[in-house]
Amino acid sequence: MRKMKIGAALVAVAAVAALTLTGCAGGGGNDNIISVNGSEPQNPLVTTNTNEVGGGLILDSIYAGLVYYDAKGAPVNDMAESITSSDNINWTIKIKSGWKFTNGEDVTAQSYVDAWQYGALLDNAQLNSYYFDIIEGFSYDKSTPLTGLTVVSPTEFTVKLAAPQSDFPLRLGYSGFYPLPKAFFDDPKAFGENPIGNGPYMLAENGAWKHNVDIKLVKNPGYTGARKPLNGGLDIVFYATLEAAYADLQADNLDVLAGIPDSALKTFKADLGDRAVEQGAAIFQSFTIPERLAHFSGEEGDLRRQAISMSINRPELIAAIFNGTRQPAKDFTSPVIAGWSDKLPGSEVLDFNATKAKELWAKADAISPWSGKFQIAYNSDGGHQGWVDAITNQIKNTLGIDASGAPYATFKELRTAVTDKTIATAFRTGWQADYPALANFLEPLYQTGAGANDGQYSNADVDALFLKGNSAKSLDEANKYFQQAQEILLKELPAIPMWYGITDGGYGTKVSNVAFGWNSVPILYNVVKK
Amino acid sequence: MFGYIVRRVLQAIPVFFGTTLLIYFMVFAMPGDPIVALFGDKGVNPAVAEQLRAQYHLDQPFIVQYLIYIGGVFRGDFGTSFSGQPVGNILAQTFPVTIRLAILALLFEMVFGIGVGLISGLRKGKLFDSSALVISLIFISLPIFVIAFVAQFFIAIKLGWARATVSGAAEWTELILPAAVLATVSIAYIIRLTRSSVIETSGQDFVRTAYSKGLTKARVVRVHILRNSLIPVVTFLAVDFGVLLVGATVTEGIFNVPGVGRTLYQAIVRGEGPTVVSFVTVMVLIYLVVNLITDLLYAALDPRIRYGK
Repeated sequence: MRKMKIGAALVAVAAVAALTLTGCAGGGGNDNIISVNGSEPQNPLVTTNTNEVGGGLILDSIYAGLVYYDAKGAPVNDMAESITSSDNINWTIKIKSGWKFTNGEDVTAQSYVDAWQYGALLDNAQLNSYYFDIIEGFSYDKSTPLTGLTVVSPTEFTVKLAAPQSDFPLRLGYSGFYPLPKAFFDDPKAFGENPIGNGPYMLAENGAWKHNVDIKLVKNPGYTGARKPLNGGLDIVFYATLEAAYADLQADNLDVLAGIPDSALKTFKADLGDRAVEQGAAIFQSFTIPERLAHFSGEEGDLRRQAISMSINRPELIAAIFNGTRQPAKDFTSPVIAGWSDKLPGSEVLDFNATKAKELWAKADAISPWSGKFQIAYNSDGGHQGWVDAITNQIKNTLGIDASGAPYATFKELRTAVTDKTIATAFRTGWQADYPALANFLEPLYQTGAGANDGQYSNADVDALFLKGNSAKSLDEANKYFQQAQEILLKELPAIPMWYGITDGGYGTKVSNVAFGWNSVPILYNVVKK
Repeated sequence: MFGYIVRRVLQAIPVFFGTTLLIYFMVFAMPGDPIVALFGDKGVNPAVAEQLRAQYHLDQPFIVQYLIYIGGVFRGDFGTSFSGQPVGNILAQTFPVTIRLAILALLFEMVFGIGVGLISGLRKGKLFDSSALVISLIFISLPIFVIAFVAQFFIAIKLGWARATVSGAAEWTELILPAAVLATVSIAYIIRLTRSSVIETSGQDFVRTAYSKGLTKARVVRVHILRNSLIPVVTFLAVDFGVLLVGATVTEGIFNVPGVGRTLYQAIVRGEGPTVVSFVTVMVLIYLVVNLITDLLYAALDPRIRYGK
């Protein structure tokens, strides 16, 4: 009876496999929980070590900082009673009393100071350590404590900055400035898996973070701040692709979707009707031509950059490649930021003008004749090929030079070549604001020696204007200086502005009151389940 | 027989070291610095980057990195991912899901592939046979993501018969649709393979003998034709099981299955050496086991094949 044996063997294999693999129970359906798409955090959930959107969405939900940003990006006091300074260097921060972490510990001035000290100390290797470089005592070379932080009382502490910063209060809503409870310092590793916060939501249980699957948050009953949730909790589902998330939204398995996959850009407004969302975003896209490339230094470089910028027809490109889901750039910041202007003197360099472009290019050729090939490097794992090819085509057609894209397989490869300055071509650059201020789009990118100054741009006048802006008495006054700095940038084009990103998304039929904030993140605490 | 199995298991040891070394080297040799990528578009703080490199042993020469990794594996420690999660846990979470998906797909392949192929072979040239051939040709020529998107849109979104994506629990019932999609191409191949094998066997002398002995058609088909036709099909299924475990990345992405393909892809993109190597190693081990089982199945299917003394 050999036949029986084969059958038996097959059944046995299947049965053993089945027995070992089952036993995974499904979670019960919880009503009044809003599901939203997210992505698996790339780092442990620690405020000073999370610098990407996947983890940021979670931290913003489970923590309350000194201030939070309203839908327009204006700072509103959350835990802060007042944040004051007379000279923009010495700041006094008073916090509200009676706030608690969800483990019962009081949130005091010490909770803030300890968290910031931890984040700044180089030995702790926190990805966000650079947030604290404005505070006195910070060093990029040595692991030194922030001497500028002093606890005055449980509800008051002072901050001494290394240089004046008029927008300091505006920065404080950023996740790196959240407080941390004592439990974190006892065991940072375990804490990163099961963070304890003081925000509108908290983890549903220990181990609520199911890796690569989702994280479940419930309303924090102890939260007394202004972001009181109008729902019972959140289920942040990690999707591998936006396509999968979009399919779930269409099937009404997902309540809120931040982002629309490229494949649905043409159809999502028809698919979703008034449940489709499209608004401005604090995202700036550009490409950078470093000074050190041949023919791109000094006056010749300025002329060539201007010529290249004017040979690109941004609106046409946006319509053709992005279905109109970008906004042509008019400056170096973003329209959702207070102080933005589309009428800066010199911004006509961002308009398509073939004759002017050729003229400028010829002028540059008079200084030193052009030779070689113009290339823009991009990472091919991020959907950039389309627009890079289109741009280089337009440059080729307008200026009559050899221009093309230079693909790098991964983001990691491109960033390595960019940061160690070995890259020998122009390359794509982008910036998503950490906090809603003009300064955040400018200083980290164009100040001499700044962290993200990938093109190694340096101009003493620009640096001086940044300093003036930071020392200004009011934000309006500060913005004036930052706009003046931008006028210089528009002449020298340390990066060639392309367009501003757009926030797109949608929501399901079971929820209402869905709005997206200045940073493209849905304002989840306001979402109501029908 | 027992000696044969022991020999095969011993053979797996050099294969294990060879593959881990090779894969580890390939991850090591991938261009780009994973630590720089951790900072995103923001500036890289050199002191912090230095610390992180030391933490993940990325500052060590290749062979030291490899020995640290292998040493850990023997202590049951597969290293940690950048999100601070032990790789062992990631393996334990993702492999069961993908194995469940692969088993379901394999069941589809066996039932539909062998079933339709057998009927086709027995009714060569009839309407059923011709339609089976045409339909299988269509499935072979369609890329899997087309099948996946179409199935997702019509079956899940329009008709609502299944979930559009798989939930975190990834239960058997939720995996039916992705498994069916995953199986389509292989089903088409198995239909064709079984069909030609059945046609060939049907013409053999022993089949005629069996009929002339007065056996019923059902018994001849079951015992004499089908069993003797199955060897190529079993080989295909065994290889395919391995492919299903490794190559389900596209389908897993579309249906958001929290399985191996998707996790491995992300680990490769991020340059997480320990994660990539651990996943590939487990895949290699599964391949070895499946191959061994296949070889043993040959002996069961065909009495002329014997192993060891």
